[in-house]
Amino acid sequence: MATQVDGEKIIEFDVRTDEMLVNMGPQHPSTHGVLRLVLRTDGELVSEVTPHIGYLHRCAEKIGENLTPRQWIPYTDRMDYLAGMNMNLGWALCVEKLLSHTLSDKAKHLRVIIAELGRIASHLVGMGAYGLDLGTFSPFLYAFREREKILDLFEEVCGARLTYSYITPGGATADLPQGWLQKCEAFLSELEPIISDYHALLTTNAIFIKRTCAIGVLTPEMAIDYGCSGPVLRGSGVDYDLRRDGEERYTDMYDGYAFEVIVERDGHYPKDHNYPPVPVDAILGDCWHRFYVRMLEVMQSIDILRQAMDRYSTASGDYGEPIKLTTKLPKGEVYLETEAPRGQMGFYLLSDGSGSIPWRVRARSSSFCNLSVCPEICRGVPIADIPAIVGSLDIVMGEIDR
Amino acid sequence: MAGDKFLTNLQKRFGDKITGSNLGAIDPWIEVSPAGLVEVCRFLRDDADLRFDYLNCITAVDYLETDPKKAAKTGWDPHLEVVYHLSSIRKKHTIVVKVKLPRWKDDEEGELPELDSVSGIWSTADWHEREVYDLSGIRFLGHPNLRRILCPEDWVGYPLRKDYEMPLDYHGIRGR
Repeated sequence: MATQVDGEKIIEFDVRTDEMLVNMGPQHPSTHGVLRLVLRTDGELVSEVTPHIGYLHRCAEKIGENLTPRQWIPYTDRMDYLAGMNMNLGWALCVEKLLSHTLSDKAKHLRVIIAELGRIASHLVGMGAYGLDLGTFSPFLYAFREREKILDLFEEVCGARLTYSYITPGGATADLPQGWLQKCEAFLSELEPIISDYHALLTTNAIFIKRTCAIGVLTPEMAIDYGCSGPVLRGSGVDYDLRRDGEERYTDMYDGYAFEVIVERDGHYPKDHNYPPVPVDAILGDCWHRFYVRMLEVMQSIDILRQAMDRYSTASGDYGEPIKLTTKLPKGEVYLETEAPRGQMGFYLLSDGSGSIPWRVRARSSSFCNLSVCPEICRGVPIADIPAIVGSLDIVMGEIDR
Repeated sequence: MAGDKFLTNLQKRFGDKITGSNLGAIDPWIEVSPAGLVEVCRFLRDDADLRFDYLNCITAVDYLETDPKKAAKTGWDPHLEVVYHLSSIRKKHTIVVKVKLPRWKDDEEGELPELDSVSGIWSTADWHEREVYDLSGIRFLGHPNLRRILCPEDWVGYPLRKDYEMPLDYHGIRGR
């Protein structure tokens, strides 16, 4: 093989490559669960990516047609199993919307606390697993060390560590236990200084920057066209967050909270924190920006959590009782989306008014839409960049396949 | 979004292609005839005041009461309904578009009903329509790649139809 060095570029001669189909997954360690990608490659370059999904399909929607809304809560846990609390919240709000149920302030603040804690836990896994995708193991251990503490907090609240079924239509299954807020505050003050470690390990790491900057660039138009949401949408510079822009029933929870949507505006991110700078190589919408938005959202969630805990401890009312198992559903249909860690999680509920079992339920999954953009942004990249791009979308297969 | 003005504007433009509406519902909806769907959707996306640039979700609902005793009381004939949830990132408003379809094309059991694809308008529709095809059995005309997406490609039947029966056996795996 003759090579010729032309400036910095090395041109290879006499290397004949054939087109080849490469199967990645469903058990490849960097496919985030049972995702199968079929790559059409020519040498190192990938010309086409075809995702094949459905390996975790349980048809939760069909199950939902045979259960009452409260019985279906555990199935929502198992959709995005890394953010079970946020899934519960989406479903609970949807059912409450149909029932026109209003909550006390205390219940709302409780939900904000739980949802933001869930967001931190989910983003920590997203960060750690992304490190794994790129071949570094240690951030994963750091991330799980902190996530473990959140799971301990959740365990104290509802007894479960992964599938909580804690937030129910009508409120929650229990109030926060005595002394929990102090423990949560202690955890937050522990977590806050550690975040700079994460930035040192990944965000500002030279190898990480090389692997993620200017790779898998998703333009804002394409992100909207494909229905991307959450950090994937905001990483492309679209200023949209349902916590601010969503339905009243949902934004009501965050009413009066001081927070700024994490997105790059006029060339910079919100400046109220000591964030690491954006590398010069990064292009808005690339893998690095998606990752960065997630990291900043962890800090943002810590802020929101502190505000929520203050409000919760002085709020009136109680945490809300779950609706009865046999509550009759009025005739009608509702659709509600919430800002889950991975994006906009929507639930659709249709009742014919005949009893407590809905006629149709539907879950709109954020990862499903986020993954559907993958063939577009994976075109023409080297094989080694595929895990970097798919990892940056931070998908959970349980949610995609439902 | 001014409700009534929006509706009269649509009706003036599309006439009888707008077959129904309820802007007072919890989620306001309009109903469109299958033939007018793509045209109306394109207008909803491109009109300067509406700008529904974001397709949230496509759902198919099967209206079929399998219990003959209850069927008499339902008040509707068996049919399918496809529900499109749209929103606008720029204008921050939402709308629901519905389309009614027969359960089978020409009432011939096994022949899937057909509907024009909106995947040329919102790319989100690509996978969502595949999912609806897979689980509810609606053929989308003009879709670039209409294959099953969640179920295996050799799966028989459409699980989210109300008269669906779980197969007893799939490649030697016992179903129930």
